[in-house]
Amino acid sequence: MHNRALQVLILIIASSLIFGCARNRKETTASVEDKSEGLTAEELAAKTQGTADSQGLEGSAVGEDLTGQAGVSSSDRIIYFDYDSSTVKEEYRPIIEAAANYLAANPSATVTLEGHTDERGSREYNLALGERRSQAVQRQMVLLGASTNQIHGTSYGEERPADPGHDETAYAQNRRVEVIY
Amino acid sequence: MKRKMLRWLLVLFLVSASNAHAVLTVKITRGADKPLPIAVVPFRSGGPLPEDMAAVVAADLERSGRFAPMAVEDMPATLSEIGFQDWRLLGMENLVVGGVTPSVNGYDVEFTLVDVYKGQKLYAYKGSTSANNLRFTAHQIADIIYEQLTGEKGAFATRIAYITVRGSGAGRKTYTLQVADSDGYNPRTLVQSPAEIFSPSWSPDGRKIAYASLEARTSAVYVQDIATGQRQAVATGRGINSAPEFSPDGSKLALRRSVDGNPEIYVLHLSTGLFQRLTNDPAIDTEPTWSPDGQRIAFTSDRSGSPQIYEVSLVSPSPRRITFNQGDYNARPRYSPDGRYLAVVNGGGNGYQIGVLGLNDGSFRIVTDTYQDESPSFAPNGGMIIYSTLGAGGTELAASSVDGRVRQRIDLQGGEEVREPAWGPFRK
Repeated sequence: MHNRALQVLILIIASSLIFGCARNRKETTASVEDKSEGLTAEELAAKTQGTADSQGLEGSAVGEDLTGQAGVSSSDRIIYFDYDSSTVKEEYRPIIEAAANYLAANPSATVTLEGHTDERGSREYNLALGERRSQAVQRQMVLLGASTNQIHGTSYGEERPADPGHDETAYAQNRRVEVIY
Repeated sequence: MKRKMLRWLLVLFLVSASNAHAVLTVKITRGADKPLPIAVVPFRSGGPLPEDMAAVVAADLERSGRFAPMAVEDMPATLSEIGFQDWRLLGMENLVVGGVTPSVNGYDVEFTLVDVYKGQKLYAYKGSTSANNLRFTAHQIADIIYEQLTGEKGAFATRIAYITVRGSGAGRKTYTLQVADSDGYNPRTLVQSPAEIFSPSWSPDGRKIAYASLEARTSAVYVQDIATGQRQAVATGRGINSAPEFSPDGSKLALRRSVDGNPEIYVLHLSTGLFQRLTNDPAIDTEPTWSPDGQRIAFTSDRSGSPQIYEVSLVSPSPRRITFNQGDYNARPRYSPDGRYLAVVNGGGNGYQIGVLGLNDGSFRIVTDTYQDESPSFAPNGGMIIYSTLGAGGTELAASSVDGRVRQRIDLQGGEEVREPAWGPFRK
């Protein structure tokens, strides 16, 4: 319980660094999911600390020096999408490159890609949209040197929102693919 | 080998309709312009009954939005002494009187429907039932009255299936698949799981429900027997298996799979376990549903760039687009029982509502005025569409008549979210 709370806190700090402090994180606090099964809270803390050090508190973009590492914080492993779109935006290429490099360098390693959508529209269509988002990310990783069988793609559709809110701010957080190392 | 794949699993079957189950309550938010006045007089009985039959009948009729049953307290005190003339003076057009008497096997039930103005008996009924079935018998009586007075078949003696979600936060939610009477009574939990359950679909005989679940590593489709709780995993394995819909004859399931990488529509022949692929397109193809004659399948596809409804014939699988001028987002189609209409989730600038497309005349009407409406499901008589919507406490159920004139809000007491209603078939 304590570990989880700590992880949640760290994830929030990490994402604030990336997205700035503009949005109200209140609702997110209660709902950020623990998707970092592979890492202990200490490891996460250590790596997230590295993020803060290298970027400074005003950092607003993913630093080049982080891209070589396997995903460590939410900002390093979550790719966000536009409404009803599975086009991977250029700004998330470092996340995909980092994962592809990691997989290419460690042929026995695997990652899971979890596709998610916002709650709008029909549930089954969203399940398919989340699936297509994870497939879009998978294709890019394979083009960059990862092997298809190192990547397990899945979708939760609108079932597991990162932010339970019902506004565009929440929706933007929920249209995502999470890279799970 | 197929048999191996179709392995039967016994799951915990929760029989009791215990107090742990919250009951759905239905409120009319918009009724017909001139609901028909009717007096359903409390049924005569020798002693106290487990159910107030007349109250169940009156509540059914009122919930339809097409009747205005008289409150019992407004009825004359000496019912036996008053004649048609008096009911006319009270503004009633129709009168229901009935009686229940204990018998060897349960109860004998009789009722008479009277047209007060003509002074004529419209319908008289005599039958027997058990204590457990008194409510069901009352719903059947309401069906008869509804049909006699509106000319349309009633659908009160039916059930609905739906999904509930309790709790919040990752790993702390509980999902259930439940079945209840159409008025929300007698809820029963068929499946309870910490993993997501979705897309319930009734078999046409009302004995089984197909659904998808994320309890395995990826989504699989199950068919579960309602009475025994026995279930069968019918579509598992690579990719996502979901969106099952029973064919009208019950021998097949339409569903979507991504076993070959892309979501496509398949037909599963339940007797052989063989899958027949119907679509082949790099776009999303999902949410298949059967036309009432079992000859065609409508589904959602974004092959044109945004989700729209397509229809494919089982014999010549070349999909044909059927939504063109209804906005950028049309999904999750369901045919009306007579095949004349298609209910869809219609999205645009104002969120998502339920739209009804006339398949013969191309008409289109938005029939809901709520927010983020999903999962439309026709009553088996085609009169109402039940769906899920976003309420103050999360998703909840609502219903609308096909013409949009009667609307209901269906609340579940107890802080659970309710979604994905599926209206069951007529009971035999």
